[in-house]
Amino acid sequence: MTITINGTPTEFTGTTLADALEQAGHADAKVATAVNEQFVPATARATHTIHPGDRIEIVAPRQGG
Amino acid sequence: MPTFYGTQITSRMMLGTAQYPSPAILAQAFRQSGAGIATVSVRREAGGEHAGQDFWDLIRALNVALLPNTAGCHSVREAVTTAHMARELFDTPWIKLEVIGHADTLQPDPFGLVEAARILSEDGFQVFPYCTEDLVLCDRLQEAGCEVLMPWGAPIGTGLGLNNIYGLRSLRAHFPDTPLVVDAGLGLPSQAAHAMELGFDSVLLNTAVAQAGDPVVMAQAFARAVEAGAMAYAADPMSPRDMAAPSTPVLGQAVLS
Repeated sequence: MTITINGTPTEFTGTTLADALEQAGHADAKVATAVNEQFVPATARATHTIHPGDRIEIVAPRQGG
Repeated sequence: MPTFYGTQITSRMMLGTAQYPSPAILAQAFRQSGAGIATVSVRREAGGEHAGQDFWDLIRALNVALLPNTAGCHSVREAVTTAHMARELFDTPWIKLEVIGHADTLQPDPFGLVEAARILSEDGFQVFPYCTEDLVLCDRLQEAGCEVLMPWGAPIGTGLGLNNIYGLRSLRAHFPDTPLVVDAGLGLPSQAAHAMELGFDSVLLNTAVAQAGDPVVMAQAFARAVEAGAMAYAADPMSPRDMAAPSTPVLGQAVLS
């Protein structure tokens, strides 16, 4: 299925948000996530099912003012 | 020293972490300023990139309190989701809430700000709202659960200083027990001193320090100005008057004419 990760269309073969993070290279990274503009806590990634067309945001700590 | 949501901070200065020439200069600026709070943000990270982890390591080594922001959010939904992601990443209930209403001035959207503040406060966040000096807005923010108010001095990144001194003074008078922070618009240490002389509890700086020719020295200059202004407010300044009044005694002056 095709999903969008951080604005980029991506072919995804897994099932859960945890799978998507692993596929995108964030398996052990310090990141936070949202799916379709809704926050998904780290504790729910392994059970959060991804559907075709889902939009995933993956963010990390950054400089800010 | 200011207390925010029950946490006493050992410095009256908050410092942003963006726009420095290098991570090393950022760290030096923090050390030399003694700033007690660092503002941070969340941004997209590509797979295999370690910028987030590198920044996290840098910021933890500063040993200061972290205040994540929702910078760049223009809607309540964006701001609330960003706040949740920031809470998980930085492990703090503190959130500097920005809901931007105007792209040119980066002026807060007061309606969205109050709504987001209420949602987040009810969800256990401790909200630091980036707001204007509007008294009614600040009343509504308090009703929404905010125990800190962060009015702008001037639009973000302008360095224009305190655009509405009357409004800021009124805010201090109307909210005598609420921690007040001038957030945004300061460009010079004298402006920070002025904010503190008005009775503000703290100032938040970023561009004025990070974009100075020598950010480390400028951070020190701001730190001294902030302390000077706070001391002056505590010392109860004289009231200005229109007419001159001699400071040297008139009595006993020799008559020589």
